[in-house]
Amino acid sequence: MKNTTKTILLAGVGGQGILRASDILSMALMASGFDVKKSEVHGMAQRGGCVTSHVRYGEKVYSPIAKKGSVDILLSFEKLETLRYLNYMKPGARIILNEEELFPPSVNLGEADYPKDVVETTKKYFKNILSINATALAFQAGNIRTANTVMIGVVSRYMDVTLKTWGEILNDAFPKKLIAVNMTAFELGRSA
Amino acid sequence: MKIIMSGNEAIARGAYECGATFASGYPGTPSTEILEEFAKYEGVYAEWSPNEKVGLEVAIGAAMAGARAMAVMKHVGVNVAADPLFTASYTGTNGALVIITADDPSLHSSQNEQDNRNYAKFAKIPMLEPSDSEEARIFIKKAFEISETFDTPVFLRTTTRVSHSKSIVEPEEPVKPEKRVVERLDPSKYVMVPFNARNRRIVVEERTKKLQKYAETFSENRLEWNDRKAGIITAGMTYNYAKDVFPAYSYLKLGMVHPLPEGLIREFARGVRKLYVVEELDPFIEEHIRAMGIKVVGKSVFPYTNEFDPGVVEESIKGRPVRSVGPQNLNIPPRPPNLCPGCPHRGLFYVLGKMKVFVTGDIGCYTLSFMKPLEGLHSCICMGASIGTAHGISKALREKGKGKVVGVLGDSTFIHSGITSLLNTAYNKSDVVIIIADNSTTAMTGMQHHPGTGTTLQGNMTATLDFEILAKGLGIESIRIIDPYDLKNTRSVMKEELSRPGPSLVISRAPCVLLLSKTTLRKKTFRIDEEKCTGCKACLGLGCPPISWHRFPEGSERTVPGKTKKQEGMATIDSAFCTGCTLCQQLCGFKAIVESGEVS
Ligand SMILES: Cc1ncc(C[n+]2csc(CCOP(=O)(O)OP(=O)(O)O)c2C)c(N)n1
Repeated sequence: MKNTTKTILLAGVGGQGILRASDILSMALMASGFDVKKSEVHGMAQRGGCVTSHVRYGEKVYSPIAKKGSVDILLSFEKLETLRYLNYMKPGARIILNEEELFPPSVNLGEADYPKDVVETTKKYFKNILSINATALAFQAGNIRTANTVMIGVVSRYMDVTLKTWGEILNDAFPKKLIAVNMTAFELGRSA
Repeated sequence: MKIIMSGNEAIARGAYECGATFASGYPGTPSTEILEEFAKYEGVYAEWSPNEKVGLEVAIGAAMAGARAMAVMKHVGVNVAADPLFTASYTGTNGALVIITADDPSLHSSQNEQDNRNYAKFAKIPMLEPSDSEEARIFIKKAFEISETFDTPVFLRTTTRVSHSKSIVEPEEPVKPEKRVVERLDPSKYVMVPFNARNRRIVVEERTKKLQKYAETFSENRLEWNDRKAGIITAGMTYNYAKDVFPAYSYLKLGMVHPLPEGLIREFARGVRKLYVVEELDPFIEEHIRAMGIKVVGKSVFPYTNEFDPGVVEESIKGRPVRSVGPQNLNIPPRPPNLCPGCPHRGLFYVLGKMKVFVTGDIGCYTLSFMKPLEGLHSCICMGASIGTAHGISKALREKGKGKVVGVLGDSTFIHSGITSLLNTAYNKSDVVIIIADNSTTAMTGMQHHPGTGTTLQGNMTATLDFEILAKGLGIESIRIIDPYDLKNTRSVMKEELSRPGPSLVISRAPCVLLLSKTTLRKKTFRIDEEKCTGCKACLGLGCPPISWHRFPEGSERTVPGKTKKQEGMATIDSAFCTGCTLCQQLCGFKAIVESGEVS
């Protein structure tokens, strides 16, 4: 039996809406007939620390987390966080990164520099890189807090989920008055 | 219908489906959501108890009265509840009692990495261990059935990955179990004086024998015959890790990790050429199999510490690292968790960090202030330990310790296990200053109510604990209230209290920023006046996330405002995250921190 499980790794910083985004991806995948498992970490780590969520799908998924060197897509919500997870990526993996920079404490204190060459470093190992400004697109959509929906829009291009299903899932995922702006954010991400 | 649920949500669902009507416990990652979710179902009673010991005792009582009751806690919570646990094993349950222990391999949110499977053996109580959400939903029901059938408390153990991973669940309609009522409890079974307890000891051993037999045919102890070259015995989440990388091997998947099915294990061991045990933390199953005289590979190749993942299982069995093309040793600035912008703990610990005192700390969000730049807390052992350790230090140092020892703990932690130790400081007279960092919530675990908030888990208004009256009653003579956003006053009250003899209590009172609505928060935010900032870095001492330091580029001619000295850089404040707490403004000696205007 060949293992056909695919993995999307979402990474970023506490407060960026990563767990919410991974929930929405999982629901869309389940609605499309896949078995789905996802991991997340709560508690202490959420206070401004690194946050990751593995979303795994296929015919039958066992582990909710992937091993190093096996992830298909990295969806990084913060620029430098991209680097932290490159060793999880499989050869030829797709890297999607948000250009937003959130300074870790050592950078805030002037003790370390924010890495300047995130995209160049990533390019040394992976060719397939899409760098976008999700925050700007969210602003364009009409609400800066929809950056995570922009990111869902971007990654939606590479998932076996129909536009009709995305529409239904997004419709259910948000309170009525926020549906339109999130739909716009999704569209902007999808065509970014 | 299929839905995606976390392991914790699925446990709550399963308990509801099988007619559990009662649950109690105390919050603790990764267990917290079980009780929060269960509390929402119709017709159930659920409570946050002040601590796990009370939580378990309450559930024991509910089971005695015939209910299907559940006590929920994180792994270290079982330490707190251990006293009633060991004897409830003797009395049995009458109704059903399931104790949920949520373990935390890798210490994602814990102070230790204990393996609570040992408690099952130690207390002679069966333990089930699900591997995903659907199993969690089913296993909790089995746990209730086993409890009723064998008149025993039953453990359900999860780990962080089971509790917090999400997978597909197919919920069922709830059923009502037949009601068990009690007319009168048999004293020889429930009054554990030596005479009765000796007899119950024998019942417990007989019960274990019956459970061993039951384990042999228990539906969730499952043989999966496949390639017989290698066989893996495993339970819980590690089953998934192993299946992910070695789908072709044979498996004995254990749904019950205590007592173990020796017959099944022997049959499986005979059927495979090489036998592995894949288990995180202690060699719990492995030691048992070895004691049976069976050759097995376990901790000789697998790590003792941290949670596994499919890669760890593959590396351990294959004996070489998994392939990864990504960079291995990039120098990436770490991103540890931090106090939120506007957190009331920041001002208090800024002051403590600058004083020449030893601060015994405790567990909660405020523990994070041990880090740079605050460095305002110097020890942390377990919930409630701050007061006892402060008292011990002060007594051991005698005269030398006068005015030098402070103990700090949060409001929820104080209620959990600080009250008796505060009483001890009064009773045995120590020269410590105890601070309750009272933010009106249990913030670390996600804002749960407690007896000091005046609201229950199910949202009912109730009595509110008054810390001042309580402390007076315990015999504390000096009690002060401070506002931690006022740095000057905080400092002077601390100095005064440290210079008095005898224990005193300081209540540092301001609600958690996450409790404040957007309208009360952020009436104003701050920015740096670039003309005035000298780059002195005083504001950076707060470690506030929106404040950062920027070095001027090479060749910059800028001099410190009003001076001829060259200026190296300056601070900035990201107004988007500033809450307007004013701490940085109080620290700035150059009036360089100014309001950035009304925020809509
Ligand atoms: C015995 C035990 N139970 C539960 C926990 C989980 N836990 C860690 S800190 C904490 C409470 C924190 O609340 P509080 O003292 O009010 O401080 P805050 O986080 O609000 O600052 C809890 C429940 C634990 N570590 N140990």
